[in-house]
Amino acid sequence: MPDEFTHNITQKIMGSIEGNSETKLMKGNEALAEAALRAGMQAYFGYPITPQSEILEYLIIHGPKRGSVVLQAESEVAAINMVYGAAGAGARVMISSSSPGISLMQEGISYIAAAELPCVIVNIQRGGPGLGTIQPAQADYFQAVKGGGHGDYRLIVLAPNSVQEMADFMFDGFRLTEQYRIPVMILSDGALGQMMEKVTLAPAGSLPHSAKPWATVGKPPTREHNFITSLHIEPERMEEINIHLQKKYQDVQKEVKFELHNTDDADIVLVAFGLSARICEKVMDLAREKGIRAGLIRPITLYPFPSEIIAQIAETAAAFLTVEMNAGQMVEDVRLAVNGRKPVFFKGRMGGMIPTPEEVLAELESIVEHKLMHA
Amino acid sequence: MENSLNGLEVVYEKVETLTDAPMHYCPGCGHGVVHRVIMEVIQEMGITEDTIGVAPVGCSVFAYNYMNIDMQEAAHGRATAAATGVKRVLPEKYVFTYQGDGDLAAIGTGETIHTVNRGENILMVFVNNGVYGMTGGQMAPTTLAGMKTTTSPFGRDTATMGSPLRITELIAHLPGAYYVTRQSVHSAPAVRKLKKAIQQSFEYQKLKQGTCFIEVVANCPSGWKMTPVESNKWLVENMFPMYPPGDIKVPKPPAANN
Ligand SMILES: Cc1ncc(C[n+]2csc(CCOP(=O)(O)OP(=O)(O)O)c2C)c(N)n1
Repeated sequence: MPDEFTHNITQKIMGSIEGNSETKLMKGNEALAEAALRAGMQAYFGYPITPQSEILEYLIIHGPKRGSVVLQAESEVAAINMVYGAAGAGARVMISSSSPGISLMQEGISYIAAAELPCVIVNIQRGGPGLGTIQPAQADYFQAVKGGGHGDYRLIVLAPNSVQEMADFMFDGFRLTEQYRIPVMILSDGALGQMMEKVTLAPAGSLPHSAKPWATVGKPPTREHNFITSLHIEPERMEEINIHLQKKYQDVQKEVKFELHNTDDADIVLVAFGLSARICEKVMDLAREKGIRAGLIRPITLYPFPSEIIAQIAETAAAFLTVEMNAGQMVEDVRLAVNGRKPVFFKGRMGGMIPTPEEVLAELESIVEHKLMHA
Repeated sequence: MENSLNGLEVVYEKVETLTDAPMHYCPGCGHGVVHRVIMEVIQEMGITEDTIGVAPVGCSVFAYNYMNIDMQEAAHGRATAAATGVKRVLPEKYVFTYQGDGDLAAIGTGETIHTVNRGENILMVFVNNGVYGMTGGQMAPTTLAGMKTTTSPFGRDTATMGSPLRITELIAHLPGAYYVTRQSVHSAPAVRKLKKAIQQSFEYQKLKQGTCFIEVVANCPSGWKMTPVESNKWLVENMFPMYPPGDIKVPKPPAANN
């Protein structure tokens, strides 16, 4: 439960911003929750887990009076299956959790992906494995971008690196998931969820609802009955469904988004997403001050992954340094993109530790010093 | 629809709420009968346009092929969670689940208890055949003491495998349960009573007073390794002592001064 203090704060914020676009100081989790309502969310199902409980706490106050179902489920398993039901009934639905809770949802996410139901799943990651820690991490990258649950499916994965993007990606998330009928995951972390920053919120009602003729809303005499299923017992049919899904994953490649910093003349290029990318911006500046021509690629969509631009930059750069808050996960995709043309190094911290710009800079300098780069 | 045909009277016909797809159920199985009566009630009440069904994994996983209404197929154990999602966003629609005993009383026990505890305004139809039918007759939470299944080949030993779970009595204690009854499909009168209970439940759903829950004690000739006739006799002699038919919780009649 939010204490009286946070409650008053959110009341104050809400009193002034509802209905139009306005700039405020907000916590990442709350900005995301507020943006979800402005993006026309109709149902939210959640279960408390640190560091994302503010999303549920915020929505239980503000959701119902602004037309959204908000329900605390008995578990993440129940919550994701409530998402299945509500999304299948045509509602714009969001769910959030943190790492252990997201693990628990994987069977349901696989069903949702197979049944092609639109929804946005938010993972405010914490350090693991196991119960782990409540400190921020990026160790669920593999789970998010490679599928996570059983079967051949993908999620569209968006990686915000600011409170602003926590809010903006709710709009992008609903737009993409409804356009492609592929579930979207916003892969954030505990630091972005907890930190307060300036954020400009788009006005409510700016994301129109499109028709969902496939939804189960009750069968009128004028159409065949609709059903939501992921069961296709004949392997020939199941393969057809897989081919159809794979084709959608090809189509969605055009939605790839990334940010480039100083890559044109860079000898060494940092690759990082989310919070790590913010740290790497600082690293890049410090390196440039020291005369090292460093650049930065920041994948914004982790699936689709910006492989093409990385491959292009591999033509001119001499080496890459991937920085993550995990034991080295995205670095595998960077290596696939670079495809052996240039060395790809890795620097990571794990278990809830955040790398400092200084330690990343030291790594970068040692690569340069030891001439590990291929011109 | 035509009521007479060359002077012959039509006394029974398939309802439009059932598709023409041949059912895959084993001969004599109770599922087909339960499907039919639910669909008859929906047709007779004229609520096809306002009803959404949810059937999870189990023998009735293909219910959407037979029930000619909007349907969702849910994960094993999660039918009432999915139904909660549907009902919460479409509160004016009728929503029902159709679940087996493994689904409702084992893997989905948490969802069962919490759905009823929230008093979700849905109907839960719980087909209790005492085994896991779909996966080949394994022990279910409702399997009787001493009953042989493929995973209790020497009979269910309650000391190591637990006792048959009367989940219907259990959930009847919850304040969210509005109407709880146990019915069966072993005879024509039983089927008629089941139909009445289903109709009653849909009527109650309009009142938004809580969950309606109908257990249907059903036979599973294949799982029990009996002929259909033997299985119905066995049901009366063995299932009923543990799962006696009848109402367990009925709404209080409105007070006279109301
Ligand atoms: C997560 C998961 N575990 C196990 C299964 C396999 N499975 C399918 S149906 C079923 C049991 C069904 O029994 P019941 O719910 O009693 O329904 P019935 O088939 O008897 O009608 C099981 C264990 C599954 N589909 N999903």
